[in-house]
Amino acid sequence: MLLELRLNKTVGNFRLDCECALSSDRTGIFGPSGSGKSTLMHLLAGLSSADSGTIRLDGETLFDRARRIDSKPEQRRIGVVFQHAHLFPHMSVRRNLLYGYRRTRAAERRIRPETLFEVLGIEPLLERDVTTLSGGERQRVALARTVLTCPRLILMDEPLNGLDEHLKFQIIPYLKRVFSEFKIPLIFISHSMLEMRMMTEEVLVMEQGSIRRRLATESLARSSWEADRQGYVNLLSLGRSRPHRDLFSYPWGDTALILTEPGEQEENLFELDAREIILFKRHPETTSARNLLECRVSQLYRSGNRVRVELGCGNSRLIAQIVPEAVRELEISQGSRLVAAIKASAFKRIF
Amino acid sequence: MLTLSPQDIQAVGLSLKVATTATLISTPLGIGVAYLLAFARIRGTALLEGLINLPLVLPPVVVGYLLLLAFGRHGWIGQFLDSLKLRVIFSLSGAVIASAVVGFPLLVRSIRLGMESIDPALFQVSRTLGAGWWDSLLTIILPLSGRAIFAGMTLMFARSLGEFGATVILAGNIPGVTQTIPLAIYEYTSTPGGDRMALTLCLVSIALSFTVLLVSEAAGRRLKRS
Repeated sequence: MLLELRLNKTVGNFRLDCECALSSDRTGIFGPSGSGKSTLMHLLAGLSSADSGTIRLDGETLFDRARRIDSKPEQRRIGVVFQHAHLFPHMSVRRNLLYGYRRTRAAERRIRPETLFEVLGIEPLLERDVTTLSGGERQRVALARTVLTCPRLILMDEPLNGLDEHLKFQIIPYLKRVFSEFKIPLIFISHSMLEMRMMTEEVLVMEQGSIRRRLATESLARSSWEADRQGYVNLLSLGRSRPHRDLFSYPWGDTALILTEPGEQEENLFELDAREIILFKRHPETTSARNLLECRVSQLYRSGNRVRVELGCGNSRLIAQIVPEAVRELEISQGSRLVAAIKASAFKRIF
Repeated sequence: MLTLSPQDIQAVGLSLKVATTATLISTPLGIGVAYLLAFARIRGTALLEGLINLPLVLPPVVVGYLLLLAFGRHGWIGQFLDSLKLRVIFSLSGAVIASAVVGFPLLVRSIRLGMESIDPALFQVSRTLGAGWWDSLLTIILPLSGRAIFAGMTLMFARSLGEFGATVILAGNIPGVTQTIPLAIYEYTSTPGGDRMALTLCLVSIALSFTVLLVSEAAGRRLKRS
């Protein structure tokens, strides 16, 4: 996918001024509310028109004020999943799901509805009345409805807002599976760093109507201190576990991690708070922590009285958060070798 | 006892005919205007709204007189119709036009309230799912405002059944041609000894209006369930 845009729009006191070219298949737009994320999404989808500028998707001009081109939303083939599911209340779940599919040209229907229903687990919902669905079910139906139109690009405007943590993390694996399986590029709008890290590779940071920074999602997470009160969270995607006495062993890069929780799925996502990692200068022969990883410091970030240490363990990376005094005592600098100790119970399952 | 003369039966038939025609003709236009008022972000909607609601607050006689001026032989619409050899005043079409104009604000008001309660995002969603403007209107907006449209039609139908002031001026009170129930009752009450006949027609009028109410309630409930 190649999306080139240059857009200007003034709404009241707010001014949107964006210019960028996106080629990543999983891009995030990150920023506080009122920064212009949703305005940008409406312009992309053709639901409103910019005052000036152009939008080109894969070489096709969708909007060009100067040349008076402004293709209608139904001609752009850009799918949108809104913050609220917006299911049509007068239709059954099945009719909702097939609304867009029936309006998609046969040649463009790449996805079989049955396959998608299975992936998203909505087969049991088909005959239900939309008013009886729960929040998570509604959002899954809305997603499927959009995916079935086989759009060239999907815009998701905070699709997980309003869902509780539990549901959110139930939906994310579905989302990831759908987008990778059907190869649909995605622009994901959110102000949650955790969601961003799970869904995207690259982020545009928006502030007051313009794009301030553009960087890899992970670098944004590592370098942002204020966004999360909890500090940095390591996200570890681990494969199926093997029993290891009364604990569970997961392959991780060229080593293994020992956790208290089993992982029965192909993909299991765990979070590990950066503050739960204890660093040792030399190998502590015995310890209660079940994971002792030899690693090398690749970078240090400091903010106030906290320091984040980026550790390379084999070909995997971890971030540990410590205090400056510890950095001095352990004489940590770029390239130093350390041992990281992590308790088996420090890993929390996300899904 | 209560018996209806052939003239009364004609009046009842005419009333139903006028009310039905006026309602059916006005509905598509009413939907269009209600859509403009509910969704369009264009200038002049306030003016349009005022114009449409005017017959609701004006005395029907004034509306009738203005219509007479417009549709009369020297009026601008009348002259045009005259060239087509069409005559509206003192004819059934005149009665239909009078009813349509007087009942229109009720129709629009009801449909508009229904449309305004629809989440506008549903329309946007249907567009991004590949439905064109007309397609979205027919599959999203109209079904969701179905109850309101029906309620507006009933209101207008009931209002048309009782239309007097504008009708008597534009269409006159000609038995068998433009004499609807209210006009017939008026004629009975102004003739000596016509009280009993007037009362009979009053009862018919009550029965008709009550039936309309019952039908609309029942249909409204069914629409809600589906």
